Amino acid sequence: MSPIIRVSHLSKHFKDTRAVDDLSFTVNEGDVYGFLGQNGAGKSTTIRMLLSLVAPSGGEIVIFEKKLSTHRSEILRRVGAVIEKPDLYKYLSAYDNLSIFARMSGMKVTRQLLMKQLQMVGLGERAGSKVRTYSQGMKQRLGIAVALVHNPALIILDEPTNGLDPQGIADMRNLILKLSNELGKTVLISSHLLSEIEMIANRMIIIHKGKKMVEGRVVDLLDPAHSLIQIETHDNDAAKEKLQQTKWVSFLQDGKQISLMMNKDEVPQLINDLVAMNVELMSVNSSHSLENYFLSLTTLPGDVEPFAN
Amino acid sequence: MLNLLQIELFKISRRPRTYIAFAAITAIVFIFQFAFKADGESYMNLLLQSVNDTFEFEKVRAINGYFMCYIILNTLLIQVPILVALIAADSISGEANMGTLRLLISKPFSRTQLILVKFAAATIFTLLLLLWMAITSLLFSLLIFGADDMLIFRSKGDESQILLITKDDVVWRYLAAFAYATVALTVIAALSLLLSIFAENSIGPIIATVCIVIVCTIISNLDVPIIDKNVKPFLFTSYLVGWKGFFYIATTSEGIPIKGSIENWPAIRKSLLILLLHIGILVAAAVIIFKRKDILS
Repeated sequence: MSPIIRVSHLSKHFKDTRAVDDLSFTVNEGDVYGFLGQNGAGKSTTIRMLLSLVAPSGGEIVIFEKKLSTHRSEILRRVGAVIEKPDLYKYLSAYDNLSIFARMSGMKVTRQLLMKQLQMVGLGERAGSKVRTYSQGMKQRLGIAVALVHNPALIILDEPTNGLDPQGIADMRNLILKLSNELGKTVLISSHLLSEIEMIANRMIIIHKGKKMVEGRVVDLLDPAHSLIQIETHDNDAAKEKLQQTKWVSFLQDGKQISLMMNKDEVPQLINDLVAMNVELMSVNSSHSLENYFLSLTTLPGDVEPFAN
Repeated sequence: MLNLLQIELFKISRRPRTYIAFAAITAIVFIFQFAFKADGESYMNLLLQSVNDTFEFEKVRAINGYFMCYIILNTLLIQVPILVALIAADSISGEANMGTLRLLISKPFSRTQLILVKFAAATIFTLLLLLWMAITSLLFSLLIFGADDMLIFRSKGDESQILLITKDDVVWRYLAAFAYATVALTVIAALSLLLSIFAENSIGPIIATVCIVIVCTIISNLDVPIIDKNVKPFLFTSYLVGWKGFFYIATTSEGIPIKGSIENWPAIRKSLLILLLHIGILVAAAVIIFKRKDILS
């Protein structure tokens, strides 16, 4: 797989604020690449730099093996994007909006092509309606149609499910999967929800305060070997003391709670051992360690060290 | 570029606010025409107060289509900058406000191209506005009041002067005057475009443009020697009414108007050059600033 996006040591400073700090990542051809981070982590700034809306303070962006700084138009001709809200010309119809942006992308448009595109996102019947009469979900779908109309090889979606209802979110997810699986597009999608990325992305990055925390294949990062098992017993201190005498000591985590970082498959064995040691179990909960790690970014104050995978 | 310009003009043509300017011009012109048709003599007395004591003639007879157009232009060209600002000041700020600017910038054309296209579209709008003004104020006035020789009343210092332009010598002067006015108002369009880069809604740039025009017009009309010498020559507002120069016909030493002549062509040429220089500087500044701007809207 050849790299479609290669970002090296990218940074952006706004006066005293470091929005993006020495960020490097690679998106390969055919990837659905999740770009994850809490609000204000630097996702949108990075995406804006990828689309040349914002000038980097440092670093390099290479897309389709060409430098963005020197081959901007050539690159953008092959990129489709929805940046935050899909704002379009409200006083024009969906058809006119699509026609305008297709022509701006250098396409020769035909009515047939535009209608086909609108039908693909389920707006065929409302093609002539003014965008101001559209719901948020319809605007989002039109935004996707605008991003796809010129048949780009790379699609960048910045928080595409924002403001959508559950059905809209599901539709968007299916559309992204279709783009990747059926049409072979490379998709970079940003979100602040791990659950969303987990369902559609094959690779992902988590950024926090503009820095890379972790990057890799989703299956690796969400490997059951990195599950966090939390146990509640009648007497936690006694149970912990007993566990320290067993092989499970190496999986024990610090803290008042009994937490073990371990493979989920070994949980039945752990429960058996605890029962054998006469520990009265109240509950056993399992969650991805990555999820906990990501949650810690959104809940804990101060800096968080990069995740050791 | 042509494709982009077509798109830009299409967008302008589909916005309701575009037609406010045309409606305003139509209304003002028809009010003038109605007023002169209904009670021309009173208006003539009012308009020509300064020459009433100097010249004795039947003023109503001076009213004809050409004269009406001159009167309307004299009044209207002061208000038109506001109408031009209405569209030009919306060029970038309007896109930022709608949230479409980020989509535009992520398309495969340069920011310089975008600014030049926006400027070209604003210029075409200005041209169309003046064309509409020409149709309503000249053509309709000729239909309503007829064509005849045209009298121009001119105050030159303490003196008042009446110039007579024969009817076969007027039309080209109007064409030239409208062309000059287009250049003058394009300066306003360029100024509005520059200001629109800094804002995320169009109200601010529109108000700022109008304020700048008002302040500069006041300064241009101040009669203070130090300002006359050091400030006025550099203000675009000093040249906005330069179109009148096309109606100041040259005369022989006996005071007889010379057909097809202009009294001071070098002054008009200089005014045009200064206006064009303003346009160049304002558009160049817009391009340079916009190229460096981070789009965060």
